[in-house]
Amino acid sequence: MTTRLARGGRLLNRGRALEFTFNGKRMTGYQGDTLASALLGAGQRLVGRSFKYHRPRGLVASGAEEPNALVNLGEGGTFEPNQRATTQELYDGLAAESQNHWPSLEFDVGVANNYVSRFLPAGFYYKTFINPRPAWKHLFEPFIRQSAGLGRAPKERDADVYEHFHVHVDCLVIGGGIAGLAAALKAAEAGREVLLIEQTAHWGGRAPVDGAVIDGAEADAWVKNTVETLEGMENVRIRTRCMGVGVYDHGYVLAYERLTDHDPHPDLPRHRLWKIRASEVITATGALERPLSFAGNDVPGVMLASAVRDYVVNWAVSPGDRTVVVTNNDDAYRTAIALKEAGLEVPAVIDARTAPEGPLVERVRALGVRVETGRAVAKVKGRAKVEGVAMTMQAGEGAVLEVIDCDAVAMSGGWSPVVHLWSHCGGKLVWDDAQAFFRPDPEKAPTGADGQPFVRVVGAANGAMTTADVLADAGADAQAAPEAAGPIEPVWIMPQGAGPELRSKMWLDYQNDVKVSDVQLAAREGYESVEHTKRYTTLGMATDQGKLSNINGLAVLSRSLNAEIPQVGTTTFRPPYTPISFGSIAGQARGDMFQPLRRTPMHAWHMANGAHWEPVGHWRRPYCYLQPAETVEEAVQREVKNTREAVGLLDASTLGKIVVKGPDAGRFLDMLYTNMMSTLKPGRCRYGLMCNENGFLMDDGVVARIDEDTFLCHTTTGGAEHVHAHMEEWLQTEWWDWQVYTANVTEHYAQIGVVGPHAREVLDLVGGMDVSKEAMAFMDWQDGELGGLPVRVFRISFSGELSYEIAVKAGYGRALWDMLAEAGREVGMMPYGTEALHILRAEKGFIMIGDETDGTVTPQDLCLDWAISKKKDDYIGKRGQARSHLTDPERWKLVGLETVDGSVLEDGAYAVAEGRNANGQRNVQGRVTSTYRSPTLGRGIAMGLIRRGPERMGEVVEFTRTDGTTTRAKIVQPVFFDPEGEKQNV
Amino acid sequence: MKRYSAFAIAREALRGHIGWERAWRSPEPKAQYDVVIVGAGGHGLATAYYLGKNFGITNVAVLEKGWLGGGNTGRNTTIIRSNYLQDPSAAIYEKARSLYETLSQELNYNIMFSPRGVLMLAQTEHEVRGYRRTAHANSLQGVKTEFVSPDRVKELCPIISLEGPRYPVLGALWQARAGTARHDAVAWGYARACSDMGMDIIQKCEVTGIRTEGGKVSGVTTTRGDIGCGKLGIVVAGHSGVVAEMAGFRLPIESVALQALVSEPIKPCMDVVVMANTVHGYMSQSDKGEMVIGGGADGFNNYTQRGSFHHVEETVRALVETFPIISRLKMLRQWGGIVDMTGDRSPIISKTPVENCFINCGWGTGGFKAIPGSGWAMAELMAKGASPLADGFEMHRFREGRFVDESVAAGVAH
Amino acid sequence: MLILRCPNCGIDADETELAPGGEAHLRRVGPEASDDAFEGYLFHRENPRGVHFERWRHAAGCGKWFHAARCTQTLEVFGTYSAQVTDPPQDIRDAITARRPGWRWRDIE
Repeated sequence: MTTRLARGGRLLNRGRALEFTFNGKRMTGYQGDTLASALLGAGQRLVGRSFKYHRPRGLVASGAEEPNALVNLGEGGTFEPNQRATTQELYDGLAAESQNHWPSLEFDVGVANNYVSRFLPAGFYYKTFINPRPAWKHLFEPFIRQSAGLGRAPKERDADVYEHFHVHVDCLVIGGGIAGLAAALKAAEAGREVLLIEQTAHWGGRAPVDGAVIDGAEADAWVKNTVETLEGMENVRIRTRCMGVGVYDHGYVLAYERLTDHDPHPDLPRHRLWKIRASEVITATGALERPLSFAGNDVPGVMLASAVRDYVVNWAVSPGDRTVVVTNNDDAYRTAIALKEAGLEVPAVIDARTAPEGPLVERVRALGVRVETGRAVAKVKGRAKVEGVAMTMQAGEGAVLEVIDCDAVAMSGGWSPVVHLWSHCGGKLVWDDAQAFFRPDPEKAPTGADGQPFVRVVGAANGAMTTADVLADAGADAQAAPEAAGPIEPVWIMPQGAGPELRSKMWLDYQNDVKVSDVQLAAREGYESVEHTKRYTTLGMATDQGKLSNINGLAVLSRSLNAEIPQVGTTTFRPPYTPISFGSIAGQARGDMFQPLRRTPMHAWHMANGAHWEPVGHWRRPYCYLQPAETVEEAVQREVKNTREAVGLLDASTLGKIVVKGPDAGRFLDMLYTNMMSTLKPGRCRYGLMCNENGFLMDDGVVARIDEDTFLCHTTTGGAEHVHAHMEEWLQTEWWDWQVYTANVTEHYAQIGVVGPHAREVLDLVGGMDVSKEAMAFMDWQDGELGGLPVRVFRISFSGELSYEIAVKAGYGRALWDMLAEAGREVGMMPYGTEALHILRAEKGFIMIGDETDGTVTPQDLCLDWAISKKKDDYIGKRGQARSHLTDPERWKLVGLETVDGSVLEDGAYAVAEGRNANGQRNVQGRVTSTYRSPTLGRGIAMGLIRRGPERMGEVVEFTRTDGTTTRAKIVQPVFFDPEGEKQNV
Repeated sequence: MKRYSAFAIAREALRGHIGWERAWRSPEPKAQYDVVIVGAGGHGLATAYYLGKNFGITNVAVLEKGWLGGGNTGRNTTIIRSNYLQDPSAAIYEKARSLYETLSQELNYNIMFSPRGVLMLAQTEHEVRGYRRTAHANSLQGVKTEFVSPDRVKELCPIISLEGPRYPVLGALWQARAGTARHDAVAWGYARACSDMGMDIIQKCEVTGIRTEGGKVSGVTTTRGDIGCGKLGIVVAGHSGVVAEMAGFRLPIESVALQALVSEPIKPCMDVVVMANTVHGYMSQSDKGEMVIGGGADGFNNYTQRGSFHHVEETVRALVETFPIISRLKMLRQWGGIVDMTGDRSPIISKTPVENCFINCGWGTGGFKAIPGSGWAMAELMAKGASPLADGFEMHRFREGRFVDESVAAGVAH
Repeated sequence: MLILRCPNCGIDADETELAPGGEAHLRRVGPEASDDAFEGYLFHRENPRGVHFERWRHAAGCGKWFHAARCTQTLEVFGTYSAQVTDPPQDIRDAITARRPGWRWRDIE
């Protein structure tokens, strides 16, 4: 039985009791508890079930490396699966549930897997469930999926908020143990800008638990002093509950601060993701203890020796009344001492070493504890809890010498420096034979932008395993007495001659149920690379990412392969060090903050007048304006008709507007557009086509020449930034000696289209400018005044109607819009949206970038040869268009399409041709690029690209339909309406 | 080769699993082979397998500088689909998908092909038109897809948020027979079958040079000695440029990092694969319960197998908006691979300027799903000098301007 | 997560401010170019594992293009320099030589 001790607990505030529930059962802990210590304190040893065999699981560790105690936490919008009980601080009202069992933690049907575990060795699923074929999808896979997984899936949207924080520092110290504190102090004293972070809520790390003495006093005192000193320094920032997540290139480090997990608060950010750029990163991340591989080492009650010590010293929790300590090194003796000092019984220390000696061993002996040397655990007795250990000779095969009664086992297989952060960005490791662990190779540090090392490791993370060594390694001025310690003896399985029966009960990966026998099987089957073994057995792939299992696993693998451990190597360390919430990664970019929303000056008007929105890039444009009781389709048809018959009002502000200015502006635009722009007269406009070097059409728009040196280039809505960047790229990187400036002024101006037979009347009603046919011809532009506002009016048309586009400074946009809307009322003006715009242009056979083009279409394909200057030697795309595939006479070219029955062709339909190709695919001869119901013509109209299309006028071709049938359509000219342009030239 | 089956497992279980054979032999290289394949990833092993199976060519060595399946085969997000727009792509990916359907039985190795269906969300009008176009194209290509309504999307994937504050789901391209497979198993299964046909898979054998005689390939030099060959296939995603240079020709390829990540495992909550291209993210749930997530590639040359975090951030941000319940899940692991990007983002399966030397590369972000089809086409090309499935993917298409551009319909490259 | 110093505005720019622009020092060929030359210009790319020259734009900063000399294997940056040159300047070449003796890129060494 685990219990709360009457005294002690350095992290506890016994004055404040906290209520919580576990699987609905009410329990009590104290402020300062983790959920893990509170559970143990409340006598709850069983905390979960393993992944594969659903074996009962208890706590193994006390920190981030815990593989078993994962719980479902909270409910509704604050429900979270897979929270580690060891890193979750207790708060009043916490509600936790254990995971991965049915119907209950105590009685789990899934445990059946355990009884047939011999039939489920490593990789068994690759060898079975093969036949019959449909069974995998319909039977085996659903079953496996149901029994796998850990926590429940959340059901609701996250109720919490998250934030990001950016910071630049000279020196980032990760880890607030004595090494990190000392290193931070050193850096701070040197005047550097320092950030020190610690993943737990406490400073000092293991040293205070382990009874370290620094400068003649208890470690706690030195820690308190140092923290106070650091807090008082202006160049230092320190944070607890803030974990180093990962080290990335060029000194980029992520840290994960858990702001309210310990004390939920609806109005504060739950997590904060720190994005740090550090000139130097010092990792002082300590070391993790390794389990020992003996049969039954996964029975609840078997824990890491250091964790037992933590629970006793930090939280005054007894993991058991009688704890057997099993070890291959001196450190675990500290656990025996801590247990004895807490008044608990230690029936024996079982030490695999034949002749351990040193002060710790002597102290334990002096406390009257039986120390058995050269011994091992043959087997842990008990199923859901430890009932005893069978002791054997380490050198033997497992013959039981004696069964020792106990209810807990504290094991230590030695320590592994936490090298994750060092390794994330390319730091290499060396195998330290004497201490039996991998530590950072100082010769092969991660290097930064300057090619120099930017990560330094100090303390236990660097392989310094005594207080004195840690302080020296961190460059501390403080001193600790040197400690004599006996050498560790690497023990990878216990006993060393254990046979198959025992090996199949030795757990390496507790969560994923990977045993020594599994790794050995993988090696035997040829999965010899450490990566193969990991992937075949799933060793180290659980939520602890092998923090406990990796070294033991690869030691077993190397022995199976008769290779040295460093030859086998490690798997790759990847961020994050421990898992971080997706919410923290997304940060503030949720809901309306997901992406910036671009609004035109008339946005609010659209909103108030029934706009049905369409996202276009970051803009939102009205697709149409819905009137009461109208469908979207009806609205669009109405808007088109009204524009053709009366007048329409269009918010064209999103169109790109780029000023190109300078003595070489004309020459530059001649290269950029396929047309000749340098001959354009000031006061006139010209429609231009822009291609990429491949010769494919990328954008189009009207270019207006403002004066001799200045052009205003209009682009598509989606193309503005891209076209501007394209211009700058050529100017800066190819023709940098040309005298040209560009400026993207898209958002500086609102642009309003007044389109339709009554357009001129509307402008006259607002008044201020002569826009008569005589004063302003088609494709003219003029500066002037409308309704008292300074405007620039372009007489251009994308609809075939009489049409003016009026540009006005953005700040006047809404005012002008309101005036126009008011004036237009008399002549039946209505606003129209993007879909009506599309139909209006399609009726006239005008192409739309993104519809008629898709990045593989040339101007020639679209029969726009008239817009390609024959006089120019060169333009961007000219050479590309000369390649054999682009001049192929068989290319698909633009035509109009009229369905024989007047129906509307489907979007994206293909024109079928006879026969099939060598791969059995139906041959095709073209496709639809735009298709609409034309309200003007009362029938379906479409544009499309057809093989040799313009040569085939009048021919009928068949287009696919979703229902598998085809629609017949006649190839016609693409201009369906007013082919002579009579309506726009009035 | 002893066959795998439930019976074999039972038999071995009762005798302590001591009778399992090696899945593949680990031989010393011979001096000469009919065919040498450089690269024991999925594509290289599949090429070897179909050389043996379809053409009886079994005097084959597959050389691998690291461990088999250790490149992108073991680093991808395991999605298998064939809803491509252009004919050459649809042909090879559909061939791959159909081979995947029966691959477990064929290889006697469970690669766990799970035809759970793939949804590609349309979140702009432009995407709607693009996916409708793809659906029409697929109907003629023998690829079964359909454009489905938002309601159907919600039915297939209840955890999706259809509203999305910025980009409402307007529909989706649905391929019901698309899905996922266990990526490592694909390499292992092919390796076991190749080894069983007598082929030599030689790991930890790095090719350092390519030997030619009179413009014809004659062999390779490796860290384990010279190896002669009649024909050579270069199938080394991520490193194609380096190996091609040994043979003396250049490729229209740049190598960039592509990243992926997984969450901690949770109980099943998503039965389909969802790709959201407007916001750059895709997600599925593995049989283990992890949410498997991928996004965009870096834009600069990089051989580190690490990517830049802002891509991860962008992807996660998009998916938290699309699937609000994942906000409180935790990222377990992120990783990167190196992918070859060609000028049109489509692969190269081609003869080369060096006679009898063939190359298969440039799969960009879409390699895993193609493995069986790619191996099939490459084997046919190497054995017969031509393959209909490889038509369109020749090296010289760039010179002619004849692209296989998949980004055209709705901005979906691969 | 690269940091590159923009030589135009002097800022150490985070990768999120930068837009990569591919291989540096490509020479544009026009309508008169052969098929070979045009294919080379548009598609053939240096793809070295090691020293590489590339173009970047300080897109979310000053908007200017510049060149960078970088190692694709370690991500070490040897230097950044003006976009308005046709070859790497000598000081950049020297900086690379100091770190990677014997380096070679195209016909530059």
